[in-house]
Amino acid sequence: MTALAEGVAGAGGVAPPTPVRARRRRGGAWRLAVLVVIGLYFLVPFAAPVWFTVRDRGAGTFTGRYYAEIPGAPGFAEAFGRSLLLGVLTVVLVLALMVPTVVLVELRLPRLRTAVELLTLAPLVVPPIALVVGVRSVLAWAPDHFYGTPVGDAMFALQEPALPWILVLVYVVLALPFVYRALDAGVRNAGLATLTEAARNLGASWPRVLLTVVLPVLRTSVLNASFLTLALVLGEYTVAAILGFQTFPTWIVQVGGSKPQLSVAVSVLSLLVTWALLLLISALDRRRRTEESS
Amino acid sequence: MTTASATGRPHVSTAQPGVAVRLENLTRRFGDVVALDGLDLDIAGGELLALLGPSGCGKTTALRAIAGFERPDAGRVLVGDRDVTDVPVSKRDMGMVFQAYSLFPNLTVADNVAYGLRVRGRGRAERIARAAELLELVGLADRAKRYPHQLSGGQQQRVALARALAVAPKVLLLDEPLSALDAQVRVQLREEIRRLQLELGITTVFVTHDQAEALSVADRVGVMRAGRLEQVASPDELYERPATAFVAEFVGTMNRVPATLDGGAVQLLGARRPVAGAAPATGPVVALVRPESLLVTADPAGPGRVVTRTFSGATTRVLVALPDGVEVRVDVASTGSADLVPGATVRVTPAERPVLVAPVEPQP
Repeated sequence: MTALAEGVAGAGGVAPPTPVRARRRRGGAWRLAVLVVIGLYFLVPFAAPVWFTVRDRGAGTFTGRYYAEIPGAPGFAEAFGRSLLLGVLTVVLVLALMVPTVVLVELRLPRLRTAVELLTLAPLVVPPIALVVGVRSVLAWAPDHFYGTPVGDAMFALQEPALPWILVLVYVVLALPFVYRALDAGVRNAGLATLTEAARNLGASWPRVLLTVVLPVLRTSVLNASFLTLALVLGEYTVAAILGFQTFPTWIVQVGGSKPQLSVAVSVLSLLVTWALLLLISALDRRRRTEESS
Repeated sequence: MTTASATGRPHVSTAQPGVAVRLENLTRRFGDVVALDGLDLDIAGGELLALLGPSGCGKTTALRAIAGFERPDAGRVLVGDRDVTDVPVSKRDMGMVFQAYSLFPNLTVADNVAYGLRVRGRGRAERIARAAELLELVGLADRAKRYPHQLSGGQQQRVALARALAVAPKVLLLDEPLSALDAQVRVQLREEIRRLQLELGITTVFVTHDQAEALSVADRVGVMRAGRLEQVASPDELYERPATAFVAEFVGTMNRVPATLDGGAVQLLGARRPVAGAAPATGPVVALVRPESLLVTADPAGPGRVVTRTFSGATTRVLVALPDGVEVRVDVASTGSADLVPGATVRVTPAERPVLVAPVEPQP
């Protein structure tokens, strides 16, 4: 080894006095530079709006009044509440759809895995704008065509401005790639096949296996999937705007025209809310994990 | 199910100890692969039967067919007098231990053991008592409140065993339960499994690819090959009187020595010995000889040369190179084997006993 190293050094005709220290210092400097660049990249876009919303331009001091305005801002509670409800409904629907699918693919239909994977990737390949234009065409055509029939009534119900179910349906599709990946990762690492067999061998029926074995094992992945979906719905603008529904993001944009500081303050706040949600979910997960000893 | 005996010691019982299991003409195909090829097997009540064979021989499929995880294409599975071929897994009342640790990660050790009782709707007090009793039995009473990830592999398999036994199953099925463990734990646990099995008198099927494991714990061993049983016999008989060349070579160490048959006797290593079992009348064959059925002596004029010498306590295994590229393993008593060092010239002769022979070409 040493002889080989010497030989190699000798081949170049140079015996470098290996400046280990200097190299390490240079490495440290690089590391710092990279960290600073990345830090700036993430922090500046966050710091700028915060600065914009806490500075009182007239007095040259700091103020919290833009944040204080948020709760009373016209339309805020309604839009935020609607987005939250849409988010919850989307989470419930997408999980009801995907948990059994992923489990079934893992346990019974492994040959379909590639097909399901490709299918769930489609929303990433088809741009939301294309998706929503298609949806809008159908929504424009169908109520007239089916007027007076149950289908027509359903079409109207889907577009109820107070609770636009059509958005839930579209968001389920948009969330598929994230939800599938989160669940699939959980399923693959869990050894679900053996666990379900063990439970069935002990006399458990399939529903019981799902409830007492599969869901607890997949809890972390289910929480991750829920969080990703909720974050997606709370930040989705394109679809809601084009279909003409008032949600939290469209409200922010709308308010931004007349009250820029307020709209940015709301954005900052929503970012913080999202982070808080993420922390809450992971804390919840950890606590349940340690609490289960009773 | 659980009764406190007069001495106050908990008495662990199984609902129906010693139920016989019968496989009739069991057939299962996966596409073109025949995993079970008309398998017939009778397992006596209270017996520990090991299914032994190389991977892909169908032993696990047979076990899974008994458990109900595989539906046979043809044939029947009988437990006692009852045909359970169409009974779903969850209604078969069998305890199973898997190769992969299969404990529920979200439940404590005690809750894992009590899972089957919970499914059966037993009360909390009974579940706790029974789990404690079973954990005592496998020596893990102090780990009841732990989670599976806090246990070692061997401990996890003990818990899995306790969980399988907690429901007092009719039959205990063990699917390579020791394969994921390290050597020392493996030996320890297999002895424990045997002790428990004898104590409870529960009919047990133990699937393994490790012949030492099968021979050491089982009442009888079934050697499987290509979906069929080659031989079912006690460990001694299997070792001493293998029915086929496949069994002979799969169980224990076997030397293959070129030999010739003539007139009902076999000529090998310059000696003449009777043939064991049926054999063709004349011609070249391969003699199958155990290491302990060969004798090796230091002889300056001998044709062999010692290649390696492996000491293992009471016996020492000597690898001898013979002419024509033949190598044989010979077991000798360690005392008095000092001159059998690598490089020594030796003579190898077969012991005075019948010799098993196989046809020359087809090697399993």
